[in-house]
Amino acid sequence: MDRNELIQQLKEQIIKQLNLADKKPEDIKDDDPLFVEGLGLDSIDALELIVLLQQEYNIKLKNAEEGQTIFRSVSTMADYILEQQAGSAN
Amino acid sequence: MSEENLLNITSACVIGNNQVWKEKQLLFEGKGQGIDFLHSLYENLDINYPKFFKMDALCKSGMAAAHVLLKNFKKEQYRPEEMGMVLSNKNGSIEADINYYESSRTFPSPSLFVYTLPNIVIGEISIRYGFKGENAFFVSEKFNADWMYFYVNNLMQEHHIKACICGWVDVVDEEYDACLFLVEKKSENGINFTAGNLDILYNRA
Repeated sequence: MDRNELIQQLKEQIIKQLNLADKKPEDIKDDDPLFVEGLGLDSIDALELIVLLQQEYNIKLKNAEEGQTIFRSVSTMADYILEQQAGSAN
Repeated sequence: MSEENLLNITSACVIGNNQVWKEKQLLFEGKGQGIDFLHSLYENLDINYPKFFKMDALCKSGMAAAHVLLKNFKKEQYRPEEMGMVLSNKNGSIEADINYYESSRTFPSPSLFVYTLPNIVIGEISIRYGFKGENAFFVSEKFNADWMYFYVNNLMQEHHIKACICGWVDVVDEEYDACLFLVEKKSENGINFTAGNLDILYNRA
């Protein structure tokens, strides 16, 4: 899966996992902030994103502090997933 | 009781049997079952609060009832600390409890976990409508009008609560049963706040 396909998949998974029934994937811009002024996610949603990474990509966040950077946008999430997958493949 | 201490039920909303009533008026009748019915309320009652979709069924039911109940409520006449809430039901948060338990077999869901207490519905309504007064949630076998009257009357006569949502919000096996009342002090509208009138309004539903 290339980066663009991963971003599209992530948007669909975020909508499903976080019950954002009023949103469509195209409503989420790749670099929009996920929290506060962007999608308006909250702290519980952040925990759900951690579960999503584990459930769908088998990636466990080692340090919760990393979340601030990883979950900045869909793009940053995709980059982190690709980085982790490349790391585990080596 | 002096006139200024008189309490009135100024609004009542009932959601059950796929219908939504405000006072004696049928506002909406849905065809869908279960969660589909609650989601049809969102569209048809113009709730316009995206967080609705993240809530468990108990909160969705309570939020929809509060939306109808408070349609013409002028909350500006009260301070947030003067607006209280007392709710009750039979089944607590059983649906959220079961859903969370099911999720915990694989990945426990934080967003399901936060709804595993029945009084969360009070919190959700309070956040949306700015209620910051005293609140309580009671679990009982059936709606107890005498107890509800006793508790709310005490709150409003002995404490500083001037407007109070009270009633019943229950969800089990995708059956929704919500009956909310708005009680206000020194209001010229509505009917007297008595256990008898609570019973009449609840049972008419």
